[in-house]
Amino acid sequence: MEELRKKARELLETGAVKVVIGYGKGSGQNARAVFVRKAEYADKLICDESCVQNLAVYLTKPEVKALGKPAIVAKLPVLRTILQLAAENQIAEGDLVVLGVSPDGKIIDLQNFKAIEDYVAQFPFELTPEQKAEIEKIGKMSLEERWQYWQEQFGRCLKCYACRAACPLCYCSRCLVECNQPQWVPAAPHAIGNLEWHIVRAMHLAGRCTNCGDCERACPVGIQLSLLNLKLAEEVLKNFKTRAGASSKAEYALGNWKEEDKENFIK
Amino acid sequence: MSAENIYKPYLMRIEKITEEAPGVRTFRLVFADEEEGKNFAFQAGQFGLYSVFGEGESTFCIASPPTRKGYIECTFREMGRVTKALAKCEEGDIIGFRGPYGNIFPLEDWKGKNLLFIAGGIALPPLRCVILNALDLRDRFKEITIIYGARTVADLVYKHELEEWSKRGDVKVITTVDPGGETPDWKGPVGFVPAVLEKAAPKSENTIALVCGPPIMIKLTLPVLARLGFTPENIFSTLENRMKCGVGKCGRCNVGKVFVCKDGPVFTLAQLNTMPQEY
Amino acid sequence: MLGTFEKMDIERKLLKKDSLDKLFEKIKGSGRRILAPVQKDNMITFEEVSSPGELAQDYVQTTLSAKGAVFPRCEELFSYKFEGKDVKVEERKSEPKPTVIFGLRPCDAASFAVLNSVFSWDYQDSLFKSRLEKTTVISVSCAKADEYCFCTSVGGGPGETKGSDILLTQIESGDYLAEIVTEKGRGIVALAPELFVPAPTEDKERYLVKLPKQFDLKTLNEKLAKNFDNTELWIEQSLRCLGCGACAFVCPACVCFDMQDEANKKGGVRLRCWDSCGFSLFTLHTSGHNPRSAQSQRWRQRVMHKFAYMPERQNFIGCVGCGRCSRLCPVDMNLLEHLKEIVESRD
Repeated sequence: MEELRKKARELLETGAVKVVIGYGKGSGQNARAVFVRKAEYADKLICDESCVQNLAVYLTKPEVKALGKPAIVAKLPVLRTILQLAAENQIAEGDLVVLGVSPDGKIIDLQNFKAIEDYVAQFPFELTPEQKAEIEKIGKMSLEERWQYWQEQFGRCLKCYACRAACPLCYCSRCLVECNQPQWVPAAPHAIGNLEWHIVRAMHLAGRCTNCGDCERACPVGIQLSLLNLKLAEEVLKNFKTRAGASSKAEYALGNWKEEDKENFIK
Repeated sequence: MSAENIYKPYLMRIEKITEEAPGVRTFRLVFADEEEGKNFAFQAGQFGLYSVFGEGESTFCIASPPTRKGYIECTFREMGRVTKALAKCEEGDIIGFRGPYGNIFPLEDWKGKNLLFIAGGIALPPLRCVILNALDLRDRFKEITIIYGARTVADLVYKHELEEWSKRGDVKVITTVDPGGETPDWKGPVGFVPAVLEKAAPKSENTIALVCGPPIMIKLTLPVLARLGFTPENIFSTLENRMKCGVGKCGRCNVGKVFVCKDGPVFTLAQLNTMPQEY
Repeated sequence: MLGTFEKMDIERKLLKKDSLDKLFEKIKGSGRRILAPVQKDNMITFEEVSSPGELAQDYVQTTLSAKGAVFPRCEELFSYKFEGKDVKVEERKSEPKPTVIFGLRPCDAASFAVLNSVFSWDYQDSLFKSRLEKTTVISVSCAKADEYCFCTSVGGGPGETKGSDILLTQIESGDYLAEIVTEKGRGIVALAPELFVPAPTEDKERYLVKLPKQFDLKTLNEKLAKNFDNTELWIEQSLRCLGCGACAFVCPACVCFDMQDEANKKGGVRLRCWDSCGFSLFTLHTSGHNPRSAQSQRWRQRVMHKFAYMPERQNFIGCVGCGRCSRLCPVDMNLLEHLKEIVESRD
């Protein structure tokens, strides 16, 4: 942690960055996002197990961009997201300084996207045993059971869009659900409105989501959103041999056509 | 409208559609239920929420005066989902109307005064209500002056009424278009409304000024009025904001602690000066 | 021995803990449904229950509020049918079901009055009123609080009776001291008067959590009036805010709503659903102009609306100090902390 604070102080003092996006102490046992702009406040920065929010969400937020060139404290999930944002041209090399943090809390020097790619490659994404078990459990359900399961989950949805707000890859300045000509997805929080919202969002993220889990953490009613995105990520991997968050030059699987793409869904 | 459900609109039949300018239409609406029409009353300045069932509601002032019974009129420009749907309506169609909502232009207080109307573009409709109201009760007021401008000749709304008002002997009408907006046969002045106002230099003594227009026009008109000697209490304008309920409950049209749908849409400049500039 | 919260016209009775089953039975038998906190996975929400055995145990506050009982997250305002050029509008046919909300905290009970102050102001919202009229509130006072609670700073308290028809306080024996506050409360007692026996002379206060006031409302009001244009303050506080609607939707006192039409060629409905001033879409004009285009302006609106505009217009503070917004905020926007910062800010 002291190393991180020292690095942050340096970057701010030399003017290399205008803001360090990191974690600070929050309410209770939680951490919260902090935006350190003065070197003397670098001591606010912490980095421990309580620091889980995907800070990359702030890289595309106008109010934070207005502060100037950022440094960002980046644990593994954040690093993957940074690569995906780069692949989607939302950030460019040199636009930011990445303060990588290893799983055991050490600062990693990551000078460019290639360095991030090489580092991230050492930790290939894997489902946790719990996640595997949940996905299997749902996979074993009959269609009717599965429908009931998701109806119950989505039935809780209030359309607060915390999932969208927390997601670093939901950066559209005008979300589909905000279009009313036509109103593609009903705005109201009823059964169909909720179902359509979550399906559309999951599909828009398929092949792009880096599975940080912030959507599920943000949801005030505990909907198991990450399962949808995890499952779709596995499907994309199976069909297109690619996973988001591995390369800053990745192509969007659902937006590119290659000759070898299977069309076995056409029956 | 049932006294029970404040969100249930009156059913209105479109009696007449007038194309005012490109994208701008006036609807003359009559109550589908005659009884409701007979009991309906409103005052100049009030607005309503006009529904296209299946699309939603849109907020416009009531552009016809309360002195003319049996119908109400609204003028709107095609901009979004609801207005586009309204623009597709035909004479004989049914739309919804909720109102009258909001506060009023205090015409009662203006007896014996001069009235100066300044409007720009699509903002003439809120003032048309007051103009016609005043003309219907002409001898209550002293001099009436109307200064109205639009970007081009085609964009002028209520063209035939402007002509009618000019032809009366008891109203001074100056219609102008922005420089570059005139047609070869345009005989009127050419210039932005604030400039035309300055040139006309109407007297401020015993005069009420009503100003409606795009924000930039208002911004440049207010200093001119100040120079002519108008005090903030005697300058009236209207505010618009995004609305849904129109009755002070949905929480979205507020400017500071003021709800545009309940405390407005009519405000004096003196009131506007006390409100945060968040509109 | 009268406690400090005692009012002269509140009746005190004792409801034995073993009587709860019978009470629930009688309430259900009278045609009322009972909504009470139920544990569902890692959340506690108000669900329809039949017996006290289903109630969640040992918690400070429920995840969601009970406002959905009187102000549903999605409600039909009216429906319509297209018949040629004509439209036929139809009102909601069903009447709201008489409901008892059991196990509310005093903060939540107080929130119904806040909601009512909006819906009954000037134009009477009959949809809301018809639900509120059919709702009876049996609250349970607080023996515990957490760091997010601040009811005492906004005029409430862990044993306040405001907004409750009956307030239950669990005493040492496990039985409940029952304060019958209103006519509706008396109506519930009348269903099973034998269950409400004379109360012992217990001081309610010793069973309530001690929650000191954290800030002075008057000072907050003064500071808010001075700080409207203090852009830096609002930006600093809202930098991490993501602009979702979670705080507004879990808040028992938030009442802003949206209206949506949903229809096909045959007809449709006009719905009212929860909305949040935190969304940028909330105030967006069709022209593209947005009076509150920055998140800091929307954060300011939230605070000003609850703590400055509502008190001035409607004589109600738009917050009951339940702390849900802070507990559930994905980025830890701790309202109490923000308010204290405003109160302690230099002039």
